This record gives sequence, structure tokens and C-alpha cells, in this order.
Amino acid sequence: MTISVKDARWTASGKMIVDGITLDIEAGQMLGLLGPNGSGKSSLLRLICGLRRVESGVIRLGDDEIGLIPRAQLSRRIAIVEQQATTDAQVTVNDVVRLGRTPHRSPLSQWTMRDDAAVNHALESVGMLEKRAQSWHTLSGGERQRVHIARALAQTPAELLLDEPTNHLDIQHQLDILSLISRLPVTSVVALHDLNLAAMFCDRIAILHHGRVIAAGDPGTVLTEELVADVFGVRTFIDRSPHHGKPHIHFLAAHRS
Amino acid sequence: MSIHPIQWERRGLQASLAVLSIAALLISIAMAVSIGEMTIPLATTFKAVVNRVFGAGFEISGIQEGIIWSYRLSRALVAACCGAALALSGVILQALLRNPLAEPYVLGISAGASTGAVAVMILGFGHGVLTLSSGAFAGAIGAFALVSLLAAGSGGSHDRIILAGVAGSQLFNALTSYIVTTSANAEQARGVMFWLLGSLGGVRWPDVYLAAPVALGGFVVCIFHARALDAFTFGTDAAAALGVPVARVRIVLLGLTAIMTATMVSIVGSIGFVGLVIPHAARFIVGPGHLRLIPASVISGAIFMVLADIISRIIIPQQILPIGVVTALFGAPAFAFILYKARRAV
Repeated sequence: MTISVKDARWTASGKMIVDGITLDIEAGQMLGLLGPNGSGKSSLLRLICGLRRVESGVIRLGDDEIGLIPRAQLSRRIAIVEQQATTDAQVTVNDVVRLGRTPHRSPLSQWTMRDDAAVNHALESVGMLEKRAQSWHTLSGGERQRVHIARALAQTPAELLLDEPTNHLDIQHQLDILSLISRLPVTSVVALHDLNLAAMFCDRIAILHHGRVIAAGDPGTVLTEELVADVFGVRTFIDRSPHHGKPHIHFLAAHRS
Repeated sequence: MSIHPIQWERRGLQASLAVLSIAALLISIAMAVSIGEMTIPLATTFKAVVNRVFGAGFEISGIQEGIIWSYRLSRALVAACCGAALALSGVILQALLRNPLAEPYVLGISAGASTGAVAVMILGFGHGVLTLSSGAFAGAIGAFALVSLLAAGSGGSHDRIILAGVAGSQLFNALTSYIVTTSANAEQARGVMFWLLGSLGGVRWPDVYLAAPVALGGFVVCIFHARALDAFTFGTDAAAALGVPVARVRIVLLGLTAIMTATMVSIVGSIGFVGLVIPHAARFIVGPGHLRLIPASVISGAIFMVLADIISRIIIPQQILPIGVVTALFGAPAFAFILYKARRAV
């Protein structure tokens, strides 16, 4: 296991956002975090990559406690792609992906062959090598998301966290981004809203509700009609897809009361 | 679509650009020394400097040497340092606050300095212990602290600090006007007026010894943080996720901005638009990467101020225009242009 979260708690403005989460994430897996808005998915991701500090509980990366790992060292190990991060600066795709090398460089060190190789490899993995000279502002939503993933990959992390990477993308790009993530040779934790896409791509899923983990495991066992009704408040009929064998969630019209 | 920075493809081109811009700065300083009510040939300027620095012993008239050495050269050097430091402050604030309109003047730092200076000049705060400069310095730091608190208290988002700056500017300008109208006599009011609009008139060598280390030190610290500033492209959290010690970088660089602005304003008065316009102009030429943007802004800021000083001295015969008037006359249209571009980029 690479990341282990033990009884993590975190509050914002007096409200408990992460309320005692315990979760183990195994190496090489793609873990989907599911849950309604405000269930603590984004906050948990930020706690895992050290952008916020847990108030109680422990998050470990391998054997080391996150809070005790120096900031730059942590950023060489773990990368995050946040929701809809954009900029007004006139940067190119290449400029953005080069930012991923920041934790590997000291303030005055030269750009090395290794940095170059990491950037090229990252651009290649997301299929943006040909567009590297293009301006950020001319990219589509899907392309921007790929560039952010390339920037994260240029950090050469062992763990990659993604906060709703498919938000605001059309269905083709959603499939595209998720199959890209599932092919990457890293441990990944992905906050998602689409239950069917999560079932299709994730090795494991964890359901969050009111800052707690309600269920965790492989999609086939976790996603049940009762659980979806409890957590998301919708009626469903769940069967196995004849195409990929993963659970398929059919949403049913709401009860008339 | 917005305009892209020119892509400088070869390193040779960059190097020659660097050499050219430094040459342009030296030439503009030499021009500032030569041009004025008494025109001095460039060759004489050169001889006077060589005489002083290397003791070469060229024959030049004492009056000319006096004007060059004790009056115009110090003035030009302070103008250059001041332009460089204000441009640098603009670069830092725009990167850290991720707002293209951030600069010391807009954030009310200059207004605070004015209030501090006026309090010393007219009300006699400090009973002769505090000089005008230290009053301005204290005012600038006070305004910076107030605007930061106001911004933090209102949620700390990046638009808030501009609003807080506007509020701070209004408050300090009102305080300045209050002090001037209630306590100053006519002569004092006129003196304050000139100081407020920026004046290099009384600048001498001791001011160079203060301005030069601050500008140079600021440049070195800033270059050291160039990569950290790049990492702020996508915001504070993104910078932290890239391994940047965000809190430390912010404290160091915002503190540096406050010190640079306070120092420059205390020497030459409040001068607007340099910190706003120069970083944008430099970005237009060398792109957004701070490793190039910082030196480009420093040199263009210095050249801009030196040229503005020359214009302020020759545009109206027998009269010196406040330098703040000149920078604003050129800066305001540029500001409008940036607003227009910012609107189109959305």
C-alpha cells in the first residue's frame, strides 16, 4: 500500500468536512472517490497531498507521515490536478508542463536533459506533443485537462490525485481522460461524479458521505441500489453490463410523494 | 484572441537583447546627464565620469563637472533605481496576487507614504527626529499593513485586495488632503503638491546610496524567487502543490515590495503607473517566464523613468514638470489599453 489515511479529520469555518476517514490505497491502483457535493472528496485529496493539514489522525505516504515530509520532496512524489485551474498569463502548453519540474529544481539550477525528457514524456503520454507551442488560451477544456495531467506527470509522481478531471467535458473527452488515467503507470485517486464511468474505469471505489467513508471496495460489491439510494437519494436499478462486465447503473424516475 | 509574446527562438538573440537593453539604459542615463538647461556634450559627461572614477585627469570646466557630478548624474541614477524598483514591485504583486492590475500605487502604498510624509512635513510629527523620508517610509508600511489586513479580513481573494487597495488609497488621500487644507500655509501646500506628484529635484548622492542597494538587493532576491513566481501561474494552491513554500515566499516578496516602494516613494514622492505598465510591456516582449521578465522589467523600468525625467525637464522651457505627471501622461493610455485587453481575454 502506498497511501494510508487513518481517522483523518479536518474542519473549515467550524464545519466538519472530513470526519474521521480511514482509507488504504494500494500501489498501482486507480481509486475512485464518489459522493454527493460537499461530501469531502476535494478536501480529502488536499489533505492527502499536504495542501491542508489534518487536525487529527494520520496520513502516511509509504512509511512517512505526510506532514513531516518537506514540501518539495512531497511534490516530487505526489501530484494533484485540481478542478478547472486556469490562468490569465500568456503561457504555452510547454510553459505549463515545465512547471511540473519545479520541485526537482533548485532556484538557480539549469534546465537539464532529465527535465527535458520528463516534459517530453509527459506531453507524449497525454498526446499533446504536437501542440506544445500552442497558447493555453486557445485550448479546449479537454486539452487543458490533458495539459494539467501532463504537468502533474512531469513531476514524475508515484501517486497522482485528480479532482473531478472530467467536469465540464463532453462525453467523448470524459472517456478519453479516464482511459488515459487508467493506463498511466501510477497510483491514482480520482474524485468523480459519474457512477457509471467510475464503475467502468476504477479498480476500487470509495463512497463518501458527510465526510465519512460509507463503503469501499471493488465497484461490483460497493455499488448497490440501497447504498446509492441512501447516499445520493436517487432510485436505481443496477445490473452487469453485457459489454464490459462492470456494474451498470440505470437511474429511475423519482418517487412521486 | 489576445496577442502572443514574440517567441525569441535563439539564445543568441536573447543575449544580444540583454546587451542592447543595458546599452540603452547607459545611453539614456548619459542623455539625462547631458540634456538640460545647460547642454553638456556626451563626451564631456563621459570624461567627467572617468575623471571621478579612475582619476584620469581630463580637462573639463569646474561648472560642468559640478553639474554633472553633484546634480544630474545622481538624479539620473536615482530615477533609474526608482523605475527599476517600482517595476519589480509590479512584477511581484501581479504574480503573487494573480491580478494584472496590481501595483504599489493601486494598492494604496504610495498614498500611505504621502500621508506619512505630509504628517511629518506639516504637522511636525516626530519633532525633528523623523525626517520626511522616514515619515513616508512609515506611512507606506502602515498602508501596506492596513490594505493586507483589509484584504485578508474580506476573504483574501485576489479581487478583494484591489478593492481594499482602492479603499486604502481613498482613505490616505483624504487624510493627506485633510492635513494640507487644515494645517498648511500656502507655501507648504505648494511644496506638498510638488512632492506628491513626484519630484527628483532635491536628489543628491546620499539618495543614490540608499536607492541603489535597495533596487539591486530587490533584484537579486527576486531573481532567486523567479521559479517560485512562475509556479503561482495557476494560483497559490497550485504553487504549493509544486513544492513552493508559499507562506515564506509570500512574506519575503511582499515584504520586499513594501520596502522597495516605501524607499523609493520616500525619496522621490509618489509616482504611479510605472509598476503597472512596465511589467506588462516587458511581458509583451519576453513572455511571462519570470527568469526573463524580472531583468526585462528592471531595465525597462529604469529606462522609462530616466526618459520620463528628461521629458519632465525639457517639455516646458524654464520649468520642471513633476515626474509623476509625465509617467501618468504616458501610463494612463497604457492602463486603458491593458483594461481593454483584459476585457477581451475573458
